[in-house]
Amino acid sequence: MPKITFDQVAKSYGSVEVLPPFDLALDDGEFTVLVGPSGCGKSTTLRMLAGLETLSGGEIFFDEKPISKLEPKDRDLAMVFQDYALYPHMTIAKNMSFALRLARAPKSEIEEKVRRVAEMLNIAPLLDRKPAELSGGQRQRVAMGRALVRDAGTFLFDEPLSNLDAKLRGKMRAELAEMRDTIDKNMVYVTHDQVEAMTLGDRIVVMSDGLIQQQGTPEELFKSPVNKFVAGFIGSPSMNFIDGELVDDDGKTWVHGDGFKLPLDLDISARMNDVQTRAVTVGLRPSSLTTDISRGAPIELKVVVSEYLGAQSVLVTRCGGADVLVETQSTSPVRAGSVQTFGVLTNEIMIFDKASGLRL
Amino acid sequence: MQSANVNRLTPYLFLAPAALIMAVALLYPIGYMIYASFLDWNPSQRIGEADFVGLRNYVNLLSDAAFLESFWVTIKFAAIVVSVEMFIGVGLALLLDRNIRGMSLLRTLFILPMMIAPIVVGLMWRYMYHPTVGIFNRTLKSLGFETVPWLSDGSWAFASVVIADVWQWTPFIFILSLAALQSLPQSAMEASRIDGATGWQQIIHIKLPLMMPVLIVTLLLRLIDAFKVLEVILVLTNGGPGLSTEILSLRISRTASEFRELGEAAAMSNFLLILLMLLTFGMFFYNKAVEVRAARLRAAAEED
Repeated sequence: MPKITFDQVAKSYGSVEVLPPFDLALDDGEFTVLVGPSGCGKSTTLRMLAGLETLSGGEIFFDEKPISKLEPKDRDLAMVFQDYALYPHMTIAKNMSFALRLARAPKSEIEEKVRRVAEMLNIAPLLDRKPAELSGGQRQRVAMGRALVRDAGTFLFDEPLSNLDAKLRGKMRAELAEMRDTIDKNMVYVTHDQVEAMTLGDRIVVMSDGLIQQQGTPEELFKSPVNKFVAGFIGSPSMNFIDGELVDDDGKTWVHGDGFKLPLDLDISARMNDVQTRAVTVGLRPSSLTTDISRGAPIELKVVVSEYLGAQSVLVTRCGGADVLVETQSTSPVRAGSVQTFGVLTNEIMIFDKASGLRL
Repeated sequence: MQSANVNRLTPYLFLAPAALIMAVALLYPIGYMIYASFLDWNPSQRIGEADFVGLRNYVNLLSDAAFLESFWVTIKFAAIVVSVEMFIGVGLALLLDRNIRGMSLLRTLFILPMMIAPIVVGLMWRYMYHPTVGIFNRTLKSLGFETVPWLSDGSWAFASVVIADVWQWTPFIFILSLAALQSLPQSAMEASRIDGATGWQQIIHIKLPLMMPVLIVTLLLRLIDAFKVLEVILVLTNGGPGLSTEILSLRISRTASEFRELGEAAAMSNFLLILLMLLTFGMFFYNKAVEVRAARLRAAAEED
């Protein structure tokens, strides 16, 4: 379980630079999630770590050892692929034991390991079948099992749940979370699904356009995103952004825009005094708005749609020209089409520079 | 009601011309040949004048040393050329399954021999094998080696026709293998690299087993072709020296034209036909079995 360090690692295909040089350090025994939209370079990063892609620059270190010239098999890692990548002509048992058989492990040891992992993943009855005879969820487990049998120091997951339906995905996610706590290994997990990232990661690395936007614990990312991209990417439903302007009035700093004027808390307005720009984007989490107007600054919103989700509802509302999502308890129903006053929890307001998207 | 009937007949109407041509051009000659194989018939007779001799032609075949010899030559030829071609073709495909500059040009060059008419291939190789002016012997001589009796010694002649056939038909196996290789699931290859497979282990444990369905069909296609081979050998050696390269189709043509025994030739043709049918059925049933198995697996997977 080495400490993995990316040192100025870069990747380009011909003249197209997909990953400008970046640094990244993954601590020993950590579950790291690389998350970002398609094409952000997260899979490429993982594949470089796996040795399936060459580096165009920089070096990856396992502890102090450079590994970029090593073959994948010499990096002591196991990988779960998005499409599972099972060997179609081998039975499940053979699939799972392939690496051990190549390593010429004793037969009894192979059998023992395969059986143990198969029992852990509830796939023991499937060992004699071939991958084509399994459902998607079962194949997923086998892919996981094949990686676990290896007992490698580092586990890599390349969007392992994205081919499953929503229900199964939720189930597997929970099982993975359980596995994470029982297996003390480095795990690097790539996904485009922020829910997976939030629920699984000890640490999340948010990537976009080949750049690492921010890394931190799920809570850090949620509570203090460094820019608009991270703020919008993390959290579900995602954060509302409304353009506005900072104004000083009545001894306080306000953010003023089309259809709203919100006071800023002291600590936020103190920070605003240091910045030049007045054109900003206000970030409001759907959960920062409440129907209880006594709890926050008032804002008038026109409710367009009310999406009933059960215990909670998501209201699609309009503030001037911008759509604003509001998360409410379904116990206080809101009629679509009405104009309502909501309370904004001012301590949760985030202000971003409109031009650069950086959080102020 | 009436239009419904017409609609039902439509597919058969469209099939009719093809069926008719099949019947005239395929079934009729085959029927004719089967009938002829029961006759003692020489070309000066009309078919009606020939004596019906039952299975005598077939019985004769089994005791005809020349026929058995050429049957053996055919088997030997087919087995050797197909094995060598499979080995080289698949090997080349494994070697060239990568992104190199100019690969498409290289591929085109590789399959060129396949596109040359067999007669031309025969003539080409006959000049190259020529004992004095052929390129092989001239080269050998200029390098100070003994010349080789390419087409005039029994064993050498057999080797020579094998070489020519391998030259022409290896590309067929090469392109099919390459296509099979390039359609293999990439992620399984990557998984095997991570699992620790070396290049060789990847070939043996992953690539070849996954290519197997294509390889088996390719093998059977080539085997069927190899049993029917005629032109190249006809031009190169005409079956000689002795009977060393006299494959079945050559024997059949000589029996009909030189020995003027049409009935006997028809019996031989039937013999070859049955052999090829067995191979074809083998291929057919193999395909069928694969399909059935795939369908069963799919059904099983969907149940879960």
